[in-house]
Amino acid sequence: MSAFGGAGKGWGARLVVIAPYAWLFALFLLPFLIVFKISLSQTAIAQPPYTPVLDLAAGWEGARAFLDGLSADSFVLIGSDTLYIASYLRSLEIAAVSTALLLLIGYPLAYAMARAPARLQAVLVMLVVLPFWTSLLIRVYAWINILQRDGLLNQALVRLGIIDEPTTWLATDAAIYVGMVYSYLPFMVLPLYATLQKMDDSLLEAAADLGCRRFKAFWAITLPLSLPGVVAGGLLCFIPISGEFVIPDLLGGSGQMMIGQTLWSEFFANKDWPVASAIAVVLLCVLLVPIGAYERMQVRRFEEGR
Amino acid sequence: MKRGFAPWADPSQQPLVRFDAVTKRFGDVTAVDRLSLDIYEREFFALLGPSGCGKTTLLRLLAGFEAADAGAILLEGRNIDGVPPYRRPVNMMFQSYALFPHMTVAANVAFGLKQDRLPKGEINARVAEMLALVKLERFAHRKPHQLSGGQRQRVALARSLAKHPKVLLLDEPLAALDKKLREETQFELMDLQARLGTTFVIVTHDQEEAMTMAHRIAVMDHGHVKQVSPPADLYEQPNSRWVAEFIGDINIIETVVVSQTGDHAVLETAAGRRFSVGGVADAGAQAFMAVRPEKIRIALTPPLGGGLNHVAGRVVDIGYLGDMSIYKVRLDDGSVMRASLANARRGSERDIVPDQPVWLSWPPEAALLLTK
Ligand SMILES: Nc1ncnc2c1ncn2[C@@H]1O[C@H](COP(=O)(O)OP(=O)(O)OP(=O)(O)O)[C@@H](O)[C@H]1O
Ligand SMILES: [Mg+2]
Repeated sequence: MSAFGGAGKGWGARLVVIAPYAWLFALFLLPFLIVFKISLSQTAIAQPPYTPVLDLAAGWEGARAFLDGLSADSFVLIGSDTLYIASYLRSLEIAAVSTALLLLIGYPLAYAMARAPARLQAVLVMLVVLPFWTSLLIRVYAWINILQRDGLLNQALVRLGIIDEPTTWLATDAAIYVGMVYSYLPFMVLPLYATLQKMDDSLLEAAADLGCRRFKAFWAITLPLSLPGVVAGGLLCFIPISGEFVIPDLLGGSGQMMIGQTLWSEFFANKDWPVASAIAVVLLCVLLVPIGAYERMQVRRFEEGR
Repeated sequence: MKRGFAPWADPSQQPLVRFDAVTKRFGDVTAVDRLSLDIYEREFFALLGPSGCGKTTLLRLLAGFEAADAGAILLEGRNIDGVPPYRRPVNMMFQSYALFPHMTVAANVAFGLKQDRLPKGEINARVAEMLALVKLERFAHRKPHQLSGGQRQRVALARSLAKHPKVLLLDEPLAALDKKLREETQFELMDLQARLGTTFVIVTHDQEEAMTMAHRIAVMDHGHVKQVSPPADLYEQPNSRWVAEFIGDINIIETVVVSQTGDHAVLETAAGRRFSVGGVADAGAQAFMAVRPEKIRIALTPPLGGGLNHVAGRVVDIGYLGDMSIYKVRLDDGSVMRASLANARRGSERDIVPDQPVWLSWPPEAALLLTK
């Protein structure tokens, strides 16, 4: 703090401190406040489609009227209608299962990458991020092709004699999980790889030296020490998957919607901006719990100097 | 403590560890080259040598982290080739300490014992014993990051000793400590080794450390052992010019052997100066005369009486080191010799000043005759 706050410091130093806060304020806090404000409004057939609208020209009286016009109706609605609650639960369930699958697939991948010869590792990291070079939408459409009734997956399974005739993949939960795991794998693999890669090999040698076999050393040493990576990767997947819209909309069925889909339909189909905004605010609050836990862990790790 | 212990001189003794023509290559680097070495039970053995000479590799071969490309390593007479590290009765104290950061001090020390599935009560007793040994009882529940460097070093030591290994390998165990702590710890380690009777093999590139602690020192270079000797022999009887120059400071003069009478040889330099040196060599052969600076007497007058080797020269530089001073003297032929003098009296060093003509002299027995 004081290192930058000194009176003798130039503008450059001050800017370095201010810039991130200004960024967060302009691009996160301000939009959030606007969304929060809309969530406290009522729908109206108007432009914009809600009231009240803050009329600065009306001065003090205008502000009074504005505050009186705010209400928590949208939040009450979300809390009382099981449709919304079920939608939240569905999102959390899909996020939890997807994150677990990602961990099961991503950990061995990251582990193998971290153990690969040094020259190969850069190439492997490249391969992991390579899918980002094409748009997510195009990649999800590709999955539609693969998963549809006469798609590649069914053809391959029939050809291999695993199934007798094509089954339905598209529009099932399985398709959603395929899409989620496929799209979010880099977010799981990269933080895991980063923690596993910088782990000191001499710790494993020390374990072996003290009579511990490789397999046991993995559970006693490698896994506990990679937990920060597990948590980071888990959150990087869990949080955005909870709010995911594109994947369930394109690959999922017409059953229970995820909260992102519900929000979309409130916003675009029902034109109910206040309820849509309230859904977003509640989702943020729900996700603040794991984010806060992560933050606490980061602080603790920082204090441990590791 | 060190006196009287010399199993290497007793042909009936079996070595605890035997390296038999061991070779280890990394690509085109030969880290250990047909190296043979015997280490005896209860010995405090030091590996000394310049960086990259293969000291760490030798320890890692013994611990089982590397496999030899050729030759055999025997422990108690049995070849341990192919025995994995977790089955060798050898423990290593890593240079980086390699403490498990997520475990407490007590859990670190208990780790090896738990692998042996010892009963809980026994583990706890052994951990307490080990922590008492390194005086860390009060820190049992700390994590490694809450300890000072010296304390971490002692945890690493306790952990590697907990399983009562037959051989303890220490890779530069004191390198990370400051000078004072290092000296204290040297004596603690010696005391510990004597009490436990465990064989210690220590890697260091601090000569004084090796000299202080070890029963025997192996001097290594480029994967070879140049000489294995007790510290005093290494210093007084180096077997080659390389070892003589590596250990401590020494003046080397290139000569040819003129004649050999009894146990003395007469050597002559290219400039025609003659010296008498204790040692045996063939007349006409190339030889080095080596003499350590502290064995040379520096004086303002020529030495009285015959039999002493002496040369005249001029002081070109004086290095004041507190306890002693080093005088660099340029001889008539342009070569430079170093003589040191203890500063026994305050101000005594001022008798000799730069650019002063002086005489250097040393008895034949103080010099060494080296033929390689
Ligand atoms: N894993 C490895 N891969 C390739 N070369 C290696 C490896 N380990 C050691 N070497 C090489 O083998 C030689 C001996 O290395 P070693 O670590 O045994 O030296 P050292 O005597 O312990 O040196 P230092 O005093 O610097 O620790 C060096 O040339 C080193 O570069
Ligand atoms: Mg080394």
